[in-house]
Amino acid sequence: MTVEVNPEAVAPSLSAVQDRQAYLNHLLAQRPSLTGLSEVRDSALSIVQERGLPSNRDEDWRFTDLSGLYKTSFAAPTAASLSLEEIDAFILADAPVRLVFVNGFFAPDLSAVDNLPAGLRVSTLANADSLAELGHQPGMTEVFTALNTASFADGAVLHIAKNQMVEAPIHLLYLTTGDTPIITSPRGLVVAEANSAATLIEEYVAVKAESYFTNAVTEVCLGQNAQIHHHRIQREAKTAFHIGTTAVSQDRDSRYALTSLSLGGQMSRHNPVVVPTAEQTDTTLNGLTLAVDQQVADTHSDLSFTGPHCTAQQLHKCIVDNRARAVFNGRVFVPKLAQQTNASQLSRNLLLSAKARVDTKPQLEIIADDVKCAHGATVSQLDDEEVFYLQSRGLDRNSACDLLVEGFAAEIIEKLPIAEQRQTLLNAVLSQIR
Amino acid sequence: MIIDNSDVILSVRNLTADVGGTPILKGLNLEIKAGEIHAIMGPNGSGKSTFSKVLAGHPAYTVTGGEVIYKGQNLLELEPEERSRSGVFLAFQYPLEIPGVSNLDFLRVSCNSKRQHEGLEELDAFDFDDLVRERLDVVKMDPAFLDRSVNEGFSGGEKKRNEILQMALLEPTLAILDETDSGLDIDALKIVANGVNQLAKPDNATLMITHYQRLLDYIVPDFVHVMAEGKILTTGGKELAQELEAKGYDWVKQEEVAV
Repeated sequence: MTVEVNPEAVAPSLSAVQDRQAYLNHLLAQRPSLTGLSEVRDSALSIVQERGLPSNRDEDWRFTDLSGLYKTSFAAPTAASLSLEEIDAFILADAPVRLVFVNGFFAPDLSAVDNLPAGLRVSTLANADSLAELGHQPGMTEVFTALNTASFADGAVLHIAKNQMVEAPIHLLYLTTGDTPIITSPRGLVVAEANSAATLIEEYVAVKAESYFTNAVTEVCLGQNAQIHHHRIQREAKTAFHIGTTAVSQDRDSRYALTSLSLGGQMSRHNPVVVPTAEQTDTTLNGLTLAVDQQVADTHSDLSFTGPHCTAQQLHKCIVDNRARAVFNGRVFVPKLAQQTNASQLSRNLLLSAKARVDTKPQLEIIADDVKCAHGATVSQLDDEEVFYLQSRGLDRNSACDLLVEGFAAEIIEKLPIAEQRQTLLNAVLSQIR
Repeated sequence: MIIDNSDVILSVRNLTADVGGTPILKGLNLEIKAGEIHAIMGPNGSGKSTFSKVLAGHPAYTVTGGEVIYKGQNLLELEPEERSRSGVFLAFQYPLEIPGVSNLDFLRVSCNSKRQHEGLEELDAFDFDDLVRERLDVVKMDPAFLDRSVNEGFSGGEKKRNEILQMALLEPTLAILDETDSGLDIDALKIVANGVNQLAKPDNATLMITHYQRLLDYIVPDFVHVMAEGKILTTGGKELAQELEAKGYDWVKQEEVAV
């Protein structure tokens, strides 16, 4: 498989439907050409062309305006080199296996893939020996997801062998760099065979880049009784665009836990799509969104059961300050054959300014009749009594507010496996609300 | 302990205060000297808790008149955190739960903000850990509570003990205990009272707010004040509490009318 970059960039300047069609053509023109995988890519391309780009008339994008994205033209991604010193702040000493992608291209010099633990195979899409699972997880027909499939240059492939437990977290680091606004399409595929276990940290960051568009997709495929702890951290540049899908399938008795943090981007969207394909699975979805200034951060999760005796817990928290806006739309679908499902979903939101806004829509669609399901949503401001309690113990008002916000965020951040990173991210949250 | 010629710690003169436009305190007078333990008793709605919140600087209460002089300075001019750092401590009737904030971290931040105010060096995590473990003994608290979120999932008794632990770390000059006895079983009450007694020194003072005599069996006051309708109606020694227990509050109010 070889990769070539098409340097042609066309900036659109029309309006409405034509405008979006022109913009889509512009995005498609930025696709790096890639030989191999033509069947998967061709079928994705026809989905993209058939569906077209959404507007806020589409129910799924009702609260999140894409016009800012559609007004920005992006060039095709170009390979760029960074030094280890330049990415030093993102390297996690406690995650010895690291795959780094710069502008969507694998960066072997920045990665650490020697001395792999037993049972872990790591490769890039460009040289993987088997890609049978690629493009076959749920949610692949969503237009930006399909656009990624039609556009990616390379990606990470992790394979955890049957009965193997990989102890240390595996770090997938997707970086964007450069002065030119580019569109990148990071792609990941994680296959956990039966009875295996692993922890992933998937992270999106910028190094000396401001305006760019990351359109990311990660597929996770859990075999019987497999366990994946997945931590997804989006801390792109504040002026960047980020749309990402996490597509997960779970076989019988498997356990999947996602912790997702969205801190960056002027417009960001994350779509976790999880389908337990058999019985007795367990799914945990935890999310934290921080949106400040004029940021718009959207999370659309979709969990659809297909068998009985499954459990799921979801907690999504948003902290919104200034004029920012957060969106949470969490769908849990419990069809007739998913009897004995036990699912809970909670959306908790903290608004720090009068102009901040959150649109939250937890949705439980239950057709089965023998289930235990609960959901709820809360929206609040900082509690004056709590602030006073802390002040009465000597903390000034700002420190008291910081501590309360930290407490709100920590409930999600503390689920990350590496202490050093937890502290970095808590600091990142606090520095943005000050 | 009543000490001749000891310094006045708190002097309250003709204090009046509102909450949401409704007058609650209506001319309260009180003087507390170093070394003394005072108890304010009175029926529900008499303004006892309002008084404690006013002293701590709660923003929901508006002082409309009078003065509060604490260690020679106007207490009412200070922000709540400045009052705390200068040694005023309110043990809350209903300590709040703060999920996600570790009790240990909270105690350290709180303790260090006072140390900083006093020009002392802040304690690092290790030194603070030693200090807090030593102070746990004052309230016989399990160290496991340090690792939990502030008051989250604590029983009523555990929350009150945690308040006294904070007091043991902050070493206040004026400790105000707002119904610290409410909701405590007898064992917890003894532990809390014992903690308060250990912390009472000749250079500090304690103000207990309660409407039960029971607490005063364990923390013996030098003065008992009876409060009703926003002011102190009568003051006596510890035997006044027993009299109240026997006769109720009404006789105090009637005597006031008679005077």
